[in-house]
Amino acid sequence: MRPRWLSGLAAHAVLLGYSLLVLFPIVLVFQNSFKDQMAIFAEPLRPPTPETFSLEGYRTLFEVANFPRYFLNSLTVTVASLFLIVFLGAMAGFALAEYRFRLNTFLSLYLALGIMVPIRLGTVGLLRLMAAWHMVNTLTALVLVYTAMGLPLSIFVLSRFFAQLPPDFKDAARVDGASEYRVFWMVLPLVRPALGTVAAISMIPIWNDLWFPLILAPSDRTKTIVLGAQVFLGQFLNDWQAVLAALSLAMIPAVLLYLVFSKQLIRGLTAGAVK
Amino acid sequence: MKRKPFPWHLVVFLAPAVLVYTVFMIYPMVASLTFSLFQDAGNGRQVFVGLGNYVRLLTDPLWRDPFWNAFRNNLIFFAVHMTVQNPVALLLAALLVTRVRGAWIYRTVIFTPAILSAVLIGFAWKLILSPTWGIWLPLLDRLGLGDNEVAVALLGNPSSALLTLSLISVWQNVGIPMMLFLAALIRVPRELVEAAQVDGATGWRVFWNVQFPLILPTVGIVAILTFIGNFNAFDLIYATQGALAGPNFATDILGTFFFRTFFGFQLRPGDPHMGATVAGVMLLIILTGVLLYLYGWQRRVGEVQY
Repeated sequence: MRPRWLSGLAAHAVLLGYSLLVLFPIVLVFQNSFKDQMAIFAEPLRPPTPETFSLEGYRTLFEVANFPRYFLNSLTVTVASLFLIVFLGAMAGFALAEYRFRLNTFLSLYLALGIMVPIRLGTVGLLRLMAAWHMVNTLTALVLVYTAMGLPLSIFVLSRFFAQLPPDFKDAARVDGASEYRVFWMVLPLVRPALGTVAAISMIPIWNDLWFPLILAPSDRTKTIVLGAQVFLGQFLNDWQAVLAALSLAMIPAVLLYLVFSKQLIRGLTAGAVK
Repeated sequence: MKRKPFPWHLVVFLAPAVLVYTVFMIYPMVASLTFSLFQDAGNGRQVFVGLGNYVRLLTDPLWRDPFWNAFRNNLIFFAVHMTVQNPVALLLAALLVTRVRGAWIYRTVIFTPAILSAVLIGFAWKLILSPTWGIWLPLLDRLGLGDNEVAVALLGNPSSALLTLSLISVWQNVGIPMMLFLAALIRVPRELVEAAQVDGATGWRVFWNVQFPLILPTVGIVAILTFIGNFNAFDLIYATQGALAGPNFATDILGTFFFRTFFGFQLRPGDPHMGATVAGVMLLIILTGVLLYLYGWQRRVGEVQY
């Protein structure tokens, strides 16, 4: 049998090697975004030095494209959608877990359908609906679509959490004359970790989506950061400084959010996604 | 006898979610499927053509050839994820579960690309693989591939572009199956693993004979999630190769084909009816996969007890 330290070393070698493969492109893009055009091509692997340091790319970026606006749009859409996904999802999940009524099984299955079927496949119908309601090129359209997209998983996960709560607490409240709404407000804090988890796993596909901003809200006023970056990258294909700056700038908010929410996110992936 | 009052609280709790979901998910899906059964008759009128659009998509050479090209490419895209992404994810998870020191750092780092948009990832790799920047060129020279046209422009050659993009997607998404495998492996009772070790089994045997059979349900979940994600993919190809999924449609998958059909490209105007038809076929493909998973896989291995 091989000694234990040897297999431990092999594990570290593989994991470290893979981590470097992950970090290399990200670090490469980031460090070169702070260099002048010459240095980007001459020595791409070297970090910026005082001689090669340049913010020219970022300057172009802020002159030509309205990145603060795109960022704000992304933030608005993501926060509003997450609020609705979590709040409406909690209400529906609570009802499905708490009450026995005739339509319960049917509604659970009906809502679960959306977990497996991608909402993109209804795009033709969605665009026609949004056009008929004059909601094309509004952030509201995106919020509603993302809410519909995120609700099925949210309801599924949250109803399971609500079902695990012991009934004594709720029954005691009811005996004291609390309404059903009051009972809901009282148990909501008990599933707070689950609410965080749902928000974390719902956030990534919304923040990163290209499809719906491209189709439902492509105007400059409503561009999200991903669409804004995509359009900018296409236009400035040959301005390497600007392109690298755009990539870096668009990555930073997602990475920061990840560092803040990684605990909820990892818990969500490891607990919620397994049926 | 007093009648039970109408359960208004049920309506209040359920109506908002059911309404948003029905109006913006179910209704558009049904409307799109209905729409695929009609065709423009000119002067703004529509005529019912039954499954005519589907027949056209699958038999008219103008539609058939690009459709099957996109379908074949999508299958290759999926095959690369199943044979590279998921085994690599399983390996990484198996290493992480042995409680190496710093496991959470590795885990956090390896998951990072999965939280970034495919647009940014795709474009970053496009720059890195670009012959203009030439970061690869010294490495290629050392490997003796410096003059190899395909190796120099991996994304520019029809023979290598699809495989390269598939691997970029694998690089980005490997963290997701890794987390799912890891979660399943953590739940395998330690006594089982330790008992096998006491009996003298090597790490390799313990993994395949004890741990792997117990995480089979997760293997199925990862497979179906990969399938749905791949047959619905779009962002990466569109960001790196554009709506035309070049070179010469070598990287066209169903998502980009759907987009072009719906919105048109170059001189060809968009056709919403045919777009809805392509979406209908994609829905059928995904539902087939889901049903195969539910009845072929989950029924059989879903009952693992431990």
